[in-house]
Amino acid sequence: MSLLTPDSGLLFWMLISFGIVVFILAKFGFPVILKMVEERKAYIEESLFMAEKARTELDKVKVESERIIENARNEHLKIMNDASQLRDLLIIDAKTKAAGEADKIIENARVQIQSEKEEAIRDIRRQVAGLSVDIAEKVLRSKLAEKDEQLNMINRLLDEINISKS
Amino acid sequence: MSRKIKILLLLLSAFGLTFHQVRASDVVATGKEEPLNVRELILEHISDSYEWHITTIGDKHISVPLPVIVYSKISGWHVFMSSEFHGGRHEGLFIAREGKYKGKIVELDTAGKEIKPFDISITKNVFSLLFSSVLLIIIIMSVARSYKKEGFAPKKGFVAAMEMFIMSVNDDIIKPCIGKDYKRYAPYLLTLFFFIFINNILGLIPLFPGGANVTGNIAITFVLAVCTFLIVNLSGSKEYWKEILWPDVPLWLKLPVPLMPAIELVGIFTKPFALMIRLFANMLAGHSIVLGLTALIFVTVSMGPAMNISMTAVSVVFSVFIGFVELLVAYIQAYIFTMLSAVFIGLARVEPHHKH
Repeated sequence: MSLLTPDSGLLFWMLISFGIVVFILAKFGFPVILKMVEERKAYIEESLFMAEKARTELDKVKVESERIIENARNEHLKIMNDASQLRDLLIIDAKTKAAGEADKIIENARVQIQSEKEEAIRDIRRQVAGLSVDIAEKVLRSKLAEKDEQLNMINRLLDEINISKS
Repeated sequence: MSRKIKILLLLLSAFGLTFHQVRASDVVATGKEEPLNVRELILEHISDSYEWHITTIGDKHISVPLPVIVYSKISGWHVFMSSEFHGGRHEGLFIAREGKYKGKIVELDTAGKEIKPFDISITKNVFSLLFSSVLLIIIIMSVARSYKKEGFAPKKGFVAAMEMFIMSVNDDIIKPCIGKDYKRYAPYLLTLFFFIFINNILGLIPLFPGGANVTGNIAITFVLAVCTFLIVNLSGSKEYWKEILWPDVPLWLKLPVPLMPAIELVGIFTKPFALMIRLFANMLAGHSIVLGLTALIFVTVSMGPAMNISMTAVSVVFSVFIGFVELLVAYIQAYIFTMLSAVFIGLARVEPHHKH
């Protein structure tokens, strides 16, 4: 049957055209497409990998920044504590110093007052002594104007001496 | 969605046209009160011819003439259009009406016997073959060029669709069937797949550049099978040849009569032979069924209008159904041919078995 016997003309053309098709497509057609698709696949895989890496990196950075913030907060707290302690210390120190100073001033004042008081007493005594001598002089002068009186006086004085001697 | 409907309409109209085309030529036949010879009609449609018959209106044949290229030992080269025949002789050549060379160009030798000259005419099948080859090269090279131009950035539209198609063939057929090293064979197998596929599809389109029964012709499938045969056996590993010539069977099967080697050697040839016959027979059968179903309408004309109308409806419904089946077959046959070629290549590249 003619259907089952290959026709020479068709065979000839088939060889030529299929040969050309295979040559062109298998050399310039499909390899280009396959290579590009492969490259795209590789590119996507790489991108995914890079994204994954970037994410882990970011996570690390996040943790790091949190750590830094935590540290800073601690530092801040510490500094505040120190400052408040220092302030308390300063205040106490100042207080004690002020108290000491005040005591000293008071002491000084007291000493000065004491000495001035003594001075004043001495002065008063001196004046009182002078005044008493003057008064006594005046009293004696007025009393010893008469003779009797003078004798009385001498006797009494003698008695007193005697009494004190006996 | 609307694109899907468009494609559907296109397909439907395509099948509708098959129907119109056949009817136009056959109305004339029935008009002349000649009995319709369905067998002849189908055979004429599925076999090769020197002109591309499109339709017949009244007594006028409308056909596209194709170039005839013939080398005769007696009269040398002849190159002319097939329309020069006018149903008769031209330059001593004519188309044999019967006998061994029925439908072929022959000439008479000195003894008055019909002899066939060396004939490389651009026949209907050759023309369709060249057309589909050029179309395939244009399609694939345009896709490849868009990759060259724009790099591997994601594509849109046709190029993206082609990429998906190509990669599905590459990843689902070639890669698993050959295994490692598949990249060496992928370009050839992809070319094979798309060559068969585009010829199958063009064969389904009944309009002028399509409709020829290219992949349903044994010469075409023969060349394809030979190519696969050569590639399979040229890439055969040492283990492959050892399994054929000295297989791992009891000695009495190999000596003194080399029974197993003989069977294995036959196997080398039966594999591509099966490929050749499978594609050829499937496509031939597909074309025959579509034509047979369409011919049903004209066969039933003589049975009265009621029968004719009901059978027409049946015929159209079945034609559409078979049309879709053929669309599937066009893909499946390309798929099977490529897959089996890949499997044979994979089998030819066996590694030595590790014995435990």
